[in-house]
Amino acid sequence: MKDKARGTATLILRDQTFTVPAGITVREAIRHAGLVPESVLPTRDGELIPEDERLRDGDVIQLVAVISGGRA
Amino acid sequence: MKRCRKCGERAVIYMRQHRLALCKDHYLEWFMEQTARTIRKYRMFTKHDRVLVAVSGGKDSLALWDVLWRLGYHADGLYIGLGIDGGIAYSDRSREVVEAFAQERGLRLIVEDVPTLYGESIPDMAKRTHRGRGKPCSVCGLVKRHIMNRVARDHGYTVLATGHNLDDEAAVLFANVMTWQVGYLARQDPVLPARDGLVKKVKPFFRFYERETAAYALLRGIPYIYDECPFAQGAKSIYFKEVLNRLEEERPGTKLQFFLGFLKAKKQGAFAAVQEQVEGELHACEVCGQPTTAPGKCAFCRLVTPLSSPTLTPTPSP
Repeated sequence: MKDKARGTATLILRDQTFTVPAGITVREAIRHAGLVPESVLPTRDGELIPEDERLRDGDVIQLVAVISGGRA
Repeated sequence: MKRCRKCGERAVIYMRQHRLALCKDHYLEWFMEQTARTIRKYRMFTKHDRVLVAVSGGKDSLALWDVLWRLGYHADGLYIGLGIDGGIAYSDRSREVVEAFAQERGLRLIVEDVPTLYGESIPDMAKRTHRGRGKPCSVCGLVKRHIMNRVARDHGYTVLATGHNLDDEAAVLFANVMTWQVGYLARQDPVLPARDGLVKKVKPFFRFYERETAAYALLRGIPYIYDECPFAQGAKSIYFKEVLNRLEEERPGTKLQFFLGFLKAKKQGAFAAVQEQVEGELHACEVCGQPTTAPGKCAFCRLVTPLSSPTLTPTPSP
């Protein structure tokens, strides 16, 4: 009920999309999505955003994967 | 909300292992200062050296080239075209990104294209020789090491720099510890001195977390190839990085302690017994002249000679 009242935010990582409750921090949201915060950088409109920022209803956060394995 | 430790403005990044929050401008400044400090502390090179930076088009190598350029080092780039397509024109796109980067800054870029020079792409070489269990990664590593050293020697560079970060190093260490590859442990180091025809190799980013190099590229606005190499999917190195990041999540600083602890143990002689064997005598390859552990042809010439011996240009013996 609490989540419904606050709404939801969206996290996008490559071709995956996660819906998370608004009102929690970006860091909490990444963990909520089952991801490891250490492995991604959160951005909004291409700008890096702090992990302690609280998500608002309708927020769309693009996660940049930081792990690379292959080197062209 | 975390504030920048230097100016009190809103921080964009918090590095838990350092308990350090910084705004955009101070993060970029901090990152460059830390790189300069690492280069000095580990005696990697000076402003008098000619540095060749191996650039792939990924965030780490382009960030490294950018930082060295801004710090005023004599740093040129080397891009090696591997002929990897993977349905996404991977190598072609990587080359375009690197060329645009160099052009924008007026930097010198050397391009070596494997299919043009040796008649076949890296995946084709791997297929022909049945190496790597369906993956060309070991062939790729061998070819790149050979070309990097050859180009550095041919063009008179004193140092070869790569963009390996702490996650790369910790993952390799973790893999080698899991299988107790003592020889590899003895060989792993952020600074490999020049010897017997091998150019000095350094990794100025080895103390940065991968997250930090990505943040630098992002904040500096450096376009880079975001896609993984098509052959990297399911790679052990990525798996080990993920495992280490889960440990880091619970205990900030774990990765850094793991790798720096290893370097300290190594310095104290933990691998001294195998060090001598690893650093055994090197011979000049009878075809290309580059150093090799056994007399005769080096592994690279054994790999490429059947199709492309005419293109091999012998270099002076070490």
